[in-house]
Amino acid sequence: MNQTTDPLQPSSRMRWLAGGLIYLYAFITLIPLVWIFVTATRTPNDAIAYPPKLVTAPSPTGFVNLFTTRTRLSNEDLAALPPPATWYDNLVRKQQMVIAGPSSFIGRYVNSLIIGFGSTLLSVVLGTLAAYGFSRFRVPGKSDLLFFILSTRMMPPIAVAIPIFLMYRAVGLSDTHLGMILLYTVVNLSLAVWLLKGFMDEIPREYEEAAMIDGYTRVQAFYKIVLPQAATGIASTAIFCLIFSWNEYAFASLLTSGNAQTAPPFIPTIIGEGGLDWPAMASGTALFLLPVLIFTVLLRNHLLRGITFGAIRK
Amino acid sequence: MANASFQNVSKSFGAVTAVQDLELEIADGEFFVLLGPSGAGKTTTLRLMAGLETPDAGQVMIGGLDVTNLHPAARDVAFVFQQYSLYPHYTVFENLAFPLRSPLRRVSESEVKRRVLEVAELLRIDSKLQNKATKLSGGEMQRVAIGRALVRSPKLFLMDEPMSSLDAKLREDLRAELKRIQSKLGATMIYVTHDQVEATTLADRIGILENGVLRQASSPRTVYDDPDSLYVAQRLGTPPINVLPLEWCELQGVPKGAKHLAVRPEDVRVGATGTVGTVEVVENLGSQQQILVSNPLSEIRALVSVDSGLKRGQEVRLEIAADRRLFFGSGGERIRL
Repeated sequence: MNQTTDPLQPSSRMRWLAGGLIYLYAFITLIPLVWIFVTATRTPNDAIAYPPKLVTAPSPTGFVNLFTTRTRLSNEDLAALPPPATWYDNLVRKQQMVIAGPSSFIGRYVNSLIIGFGSTLLSVVLGTLAAYGFSRFRVPGKSDLLFFILSTRMMPPIAVAIPIFLMYRAVGLSDTHLGMILLYTVVNLSLAVWLLKGFMDEIPREYEEAAMIDGYTRVQAFYKIVLPQAATGIASTAIFCLIFSWNEYAFASLLTSGNAQTAPPFIPTIIGEGGLDWPAMASGTALFLLPVLIFTVLLRNHLLRGITFGAIRK
Repeated sequence: MANASFQNVSKSFGAVTAVQDLELEIADGEFFVLLGPSGAGKTTTLRLMAGLETPDAGQVMIGGLDVTNLHPAARDVAFVFQQYSLYPHYTVFENLAFPLRSPLRRVSESEVKRRVLEVAELLRIDSKLQNKATKLSGGEMQRVAIGRALVRSPKLFLMDEPMSSLDAKLREDLRAELKRIQSKLGATMIYVTHDQVEATTLADRIGILENGVLRQASSPRTVYDDPDSLYVAQRLGTPPINVLPLEWCELQGVPKGAKHLAVRPEDVRVGATGTVGTVEVVENLGSQQQILVSNPLSEIRALVSVDSGLKRGQEVRLEIAADRRLFFGSGGERIRL
């Protein structure tokens, strides 16, 4: 092959270096994830063994403990019981315990799904409408309003936790799904409006004007022409909103206890016998990661294009 | 098809006056071209007619009806934009069908199909109907955009520099095609351009805009030969009209109040009498030669035949035919003899 070098392309040595750095970075960020998935499949004793074991036999104990509550029985009581009906009964029996009932993990998980996706949907719908308005119409005091919206992000959310806690208690929104959806929507909305306004600004207004001249109202032009064009922006905004509301811990632990508690404040409270039940916590975390992972993989192409949108188009 | 008019229409954006006291009647079936440099108010004028802008004062009429406060959808006009003209997420067919599928029109799907095919054949894009709008060449895109206007026979066609992003060859082809279609349909057209060739070849009448004011609206011939102002005279003609001091002609022929003499390069002749000057540049234009002659008064351009044999540095005498002289006052206004 001809050995010509393109001055605009990085040399092969630089390519190797860049690739190496990316793999190193990926390796470092993946360590906690690997730890979570490995710990989830260990027995409680293997998980806290010292010196640490590198390879252990996989065990479903963590998942069983995550989904159940258990009671320890004496040997005589255990012997008096009928033989275990299922493999997980059997597993628990071996630890001289019986299953007392299901844990509240599934309920908390469902709460997370309702609140996370609910607030994401609401943020994106409101954000899209607000961004369109800001992008297309002469709004009095537009730049002040936009700054004001952004300024809600300038303090740590926890700084307003006490006032919100008191307000929520007064109006009866404490520990309700609606309360948490509204709260996360408020926090996400500033991000959603700003991100989406950027995307809306990139959509030439000639498209809607053409549609209006072609015989459509502005609302019809909005959903027939603008929305499909904004799909990329809406998808990437939705991912950011979901990641925030799905992972949020501080407000959730303050404002929810039973009814509307999400998974993040619940998982660390899984207590095993004589200490923290690391495999149960790790398996809870592993399951907790899945929805965001799936959502992000599904919208991955939009996300990449979304982030680089402005850079490529102009 | 319908006639259209602006009655005393003004529009400003903040401190900028885009259109000022516009009075204009466009006849049914007329091809009217708005010509002017960018910022002259051409596009705003078009958008006012389409209903994309609301005038600050005055009335916009289409077919004898006051449409000043009517939504664009209700005006039944078609608009071809300079760019971003197609809906990128639709195919060519869907783009062409879009105006017909408007809830305002209630055209049956079989009728939509029939009309889309008809227009696609007319514009020779029928082989591209299933293509995504983004997978077309520039010329095809603008043809589809024009097709979207043609598909529903509107009262009025409004075109905002529809060919400015195309290359010269394509522009020439599409220009001829557009003129043919317009006369076949008897369509009323308002066409915005800054290209004088486009204006003179397409127009029944040309309207020249300067800073939001309509300076003259007449046939291309009249605008060229009998301009109302120096500004209008300078908008048409390549090479541009010569603007000369009055000393270039005999003083008894100069009307009162005149400050400038203007003459088109083809009206300057090399002869035995006339003002003396030195040839500075000889340019071959193919069928003619353009020469630039200078003397202490000014420089002047003239068109001569290719076999004139003129050389750089040569002394010539230039004559200006008496009936081809245009006089203008200090404000650029025409002073007629």
